Amino acid sequence: MEAYLKIKVRFFALYRERAGMAESVHTIPAGSSLHHLITLIRQRHPNLAPSETAIVAAVNTEYAQDDTILYDGDVVALIPPVSGGNRD
Amino acid sequence: MIEITRNIIDHIPIIESVRKNTNGAVVTFLGTTRLTSQGKKVLYLEYESYKPMAIKKLNEIVGEVTAKWDIRDIAIVHRIGHLNISDVSLTVAVSSPHRKESFEACGYIVDRIKETVPIWKKEVFEDGETWVGCQSLGHYQVSTKR
Repeated sequence: MEAYLKIKVRFFALYRERAGMAESVHTIPAGSSLHHLITLIRQRHPNLAPSETAIVAAVNTEYAQDDTILYDGDVVALIPPVSGGNRD
Repeated sequence: MIEITRNIIDHIPIIESVRKNTNGAVVTFLGTTRLTSQGKKVLYLEYESYKPMAIKKLNEIVGEVTAKWDIRDIAIVHRIGHLNISDVSLTVAVSSPHRKESFEACGYIVDRIKETVPIWKKEVFEDGETWVGCQSLGHYQVSTKR
């Protein structure tokens, strides 16, 4: 088993503008969780979102919880709030 | 028909694609782009999507609909990229033997799209721009050049 994982991170919309990039690659220890990856991303991009605001992410096109364990080659997409539109 | 496109939406063939003689009703939703938002004039909009996940989520919504109602045909086409005021951003057309299901299902699809599908809308004004739905992230950018 590899000691490190290569994770592709994709930024969209507001996150893409704030990060200044559409994607990046992160190398993290095997067994890392999504929460760990997002913590690293926040450190690298402190302006991404206020610390009290959760960052929603999808792993391999599925919405994922913070405790999701990541695997080599996973694609993590940071999903800013989706256009709500007004119902009224 | 499930599609995300950069092309101008021609909604008539989309509606026609669900009109069949097994169905007594076709209900259509067109999402159009308003001239004003938050009391200000919108110059144009930008739509962006995480396309593979958006297509997946649209197909999941279709599955939710067919599990809940007797809906025979569904077409969903969302446009992304640069949109001008009055352009159609989204067309949803559903059909069923009777009208009640189509009215309910069409509204449900539109609500679910806005809850769960990774497509984002940016409104561009004269003095700045906003990604709709991102107020919790403290976002309203004032443009320095225009």
